[in-house]
Amino acid sequence: MNKLNFLQPDKNNLSTYLYTGVVLLVLSIFIVFFNSFFNRDLLSFLPGTISFFLPLILGFIGLHLIRIDYSGLKFLDKVNKNINTNNFNAFLSLLIVFAVIKSLPPLLSWFILDANIAGDSKDVCTGSGACWTYIKIWFNRFMYGMYPNPEQWRINLSFVALAFLGTIGFFATEKFKKYLTLYYVVVYPIIAFFFIFFFISGGPIFFDFSYGIIAAVISTIIGFLIPSKFKMYYFIIVPITVYILLKYVFFYEELIELGKLETLEWVETGAWGGLSLTFIVSFFCLIFCFPIGLFLSLGRRSDFPIIKYFSIGMIEFWRGVPLITVLFMSSVMFPMFLPEDMFIDKLVRVIIAISLFEAAYVAEVIRGGLQALPRGQYDAAKSLGMGYWKMHILIILPQALKLVIPGIANTFLALVKDTPLIFVVGLLEIVGMLNLAKTNPDWLGFAMEGYVFASVLFFIICYAMSKYSYNLEQKYKTER
Amino acid sequence: MNIKKILPQLLTLLVVILIFGFFSYNAQVNMENRGITFGYGFLSQESSFDVQFSLIEFDGSHSYFRAYLVGLLNTILVSVIGIIFATVIGIVVGIARLSNNYLIKRTAAVYVEFFRNIPLLLQIFFWYFAALRALPLPQDAEPMFGVFFLTIKGFFVPAFVWNNLNIFIYSLIAAIISIIFIRIYAKRKQENEGIQTPVLSISIGLLLILPILSFLFGGVNASVEVPVIKQLSQSGFTYEGGIKLPPELISLALALSLYTATFIAECVRAGVQGVSKGQKEAAASIGLTPNQVLKLVVMPQALRIIIPPTTNQYLNLTKNSSLAAAIAYPDLVLVFAGTALMQTGRAIEIVSITMLTYLSLSISISLFMNWYNKKIAIKEK
Repeated sequence: MNKLNFLQPDKNNLSTYLYTGVVLLVLSIFIVFFNSFFNRDLLSFLPGTISFFLPLILGFIGLHLIRIDYSGLKFLDKVNKNINTNNFNAFLSLLIVFAVIKSLPPLLSWFILDANIAGDSKDVCTGSGACWTYIKIWFNRFMYGMYPNPEQWRINLSFVALAFLGTIGFFATEKFKKYLTLYYVVVYPIIAFFFIFFFISGGPIFFDFSYGIIAAVISTIIGFLIPSKFKMYYFIIVPITVYILLKYVFFYEELIELGKLETLEWVETGAWGGLSLTFIVSFFCLIFCFPIGLFLSLGRRSDFPIIKYFSIGMIEFWRGVPLITVLFMSSVMFPMFLPEDMFIDKLVRVIIAISLFEAAYVAEVIRGGLQALPRGQYDAAKSLGMGYWKMHILIILPQALKLVIPGIANTFLALVKDTPLIFVVGLLEIVGMLNLAKTNPDWLGFAMEGYVFASVLFFIICYAMSKYSYNLEQKYKTER
Repeated sequence: MNIKKILPQLLTLLVVILIFGFFSYNAQVNMENRGITFGYGFLSQESSFDVQFSLIEFDGSHSYFRAYLVGLLNTILVSVIGIIFATVIGIVVGIARLSNNYLIKRTAAVYVEFFRNIPLLLQIFFWYFAALRALPLPQDAEPMFGVFFLTIKGFFVPAFVWNNLNIFIYSLIAAIISIIFIRIYAKRKQENEGIQTPVLSISIGLLLILPILSFLFGGVNASVEVPVIKQLSQSGFTYEGGIKLPPELISLALALSLYTATFIAECVRAGVQGVSKGQKEAAASIGLTPNQVLKLVVMPQALRIIIPPTTNQYLNLTKNSSLAAAIAYPDLVLVFAGTALMQTGRAIEIVSITMLTYLSLSISISLFMNWYNKKIAIKEK
């Protein structure tokens, strides 16, 4: 009964085994902890190899001793079940714990304790840790690229406005819920397009655009007060009248000429950059690649041979080549295909190229969803007398798209992660800006900080996106 | 045939033809203006540029076609290295994610989430410009196991110097062919008589014995050439002898394999989870040992789920290897679509050749995958 067999701990001598085991385990962890945090080797009296392996052996024996099945102690059972099921598992658990303890001090010291953030030149970075001053000084460049500093509020304002317009769906009342799809698919992209191409880009066109926006806003507000009978006419007539009034009656142009109103400075796309460019490119590619991919996937399943083979050709072509060669094509080969006097902006070319490229992947994902639907859905829709488009819009696509939310989210993630490639055509988004900053003679030798900073940013963005897609998937999950 | 069916198709055809016609007309006009004639004759011209790292002999006197081959071989080299490492890491991490040990599971999950959510280009830059720049100079490098030197100028490993290499290779080929025959024989024997042959141990034995025989009787011998440090100038050192793996290759292979491994790990996890529990229980209940359950029941079914997406990942890795251009590793894109294009100015020809190369590669792999999928699909009666 009281016989102790240390090779096979059992329940009868629970406390003996438990105390010995815990003491050994804590001792081993303590040795490693002391070694790594205070740089003192408690086992220095032992020969090198033994002192290196002793904590591991001690911990291993300790874990072996506390491995008692059905001990009756809830916590112990939980520990055993999760990290200590057999010798091999115990060994791996110990290795992981020790590795974490060992790597914490250098990481802490690099990231926080020995790091510098004060000051505004390279000279303050004397410690062995990271130089966050570098990130602080270059922060504007990493966010906005070469965009002139006094104009950066335009980017901020556009993004805030777009983010606000994007969240309207959450506040919409029941009455407007049915228009939400229309809003997100058609209206929102158009507004976003105008915002980015006229507001961020700037220049005289902006004023026509701003009259348009003001006219639209004013007319919408008044629109709610008008009896519904006349609404149709109203929404055509009033915006145009307001627009004309603004442009020709209130004489904005003359105010500008008199210097009372300032125009927006035109900023060429070559100066755009940093994280904001990452957002702009991925945003546009995202909204363009989805409809193209949708049509390609429908085309691939079409009964018309020409459309079918055209879609297959498109999909397989774009999926077969690396994005970098597509960008090469858009930058060196595509201008050869245009008339001499025709010039398409670099950024537009890049957005077209990436959209077509990702559309092929989206098409394949959606095809998977279409194929997963049972034949009966098509037959039922047809038997109700629905035509091709009605059937797809009302019956097939809602179900198919619901099925492929994770796949589409993955494609969009890949898109965001692919945007740094636009360095090929000379556009510098955040990774490109990092490489530029790295070669600045005043700030040599801080490559690590920059890459860590960008990695953290990308990780946050992509991780949030993947978690959001998981939520969407759960939200739209229906039992079949 | 009614009009409703023909009209959309005709319209599509018309639009496609119009677009292509517009493009090719413009291309002709543009090339005439610049005095270029379309054609692939330039491939045999002298290239007059040099490549840092190539598997075959190359210098300025060789043709552009040979430059293309150099780039292609370098792409294949980094892809193969990446695929091997990505597979190993991916399988280990994928299995670790299924472990019942909480710590192992979390560690694997953190690894997957972290490396999957950071752009590959950023990872390549990180390894090349930040991590590998922290390595010691050649003169300060500590040898690993006495023969490997990891320095800022690259990884120096010992090389084998072979005598009668061809006989050694013949012996390997003979071993592989005989293993294939033994497998066929063992399968037939099992189907007819129900007796299992220990194929694995026989295969390993053959793979070891035949090459050893070639050493003993075939006159094959190999000596190891260890890299030795050599002074170039006052402060410039390098290693002589052995094989030099340039830092570009190392950082590219490292980033590619760490990045792709996360996706392969997810494929492996999905595959093993995809085998229903009932299968394992049924197999155990007819008296198979745990090893047999794994080998005969779980693995064949899991592989059916794992292999197609994993091949896709291999394909992605190969295509992603074109990011090499960003850190000047001389792959197909950098050598051919970069340097050669700059020198000849033949944008259309060169970009089309480059794209066609990748395209044919991926189409042949996807054709193979379709064939393989058909072969392993469950044949329902």
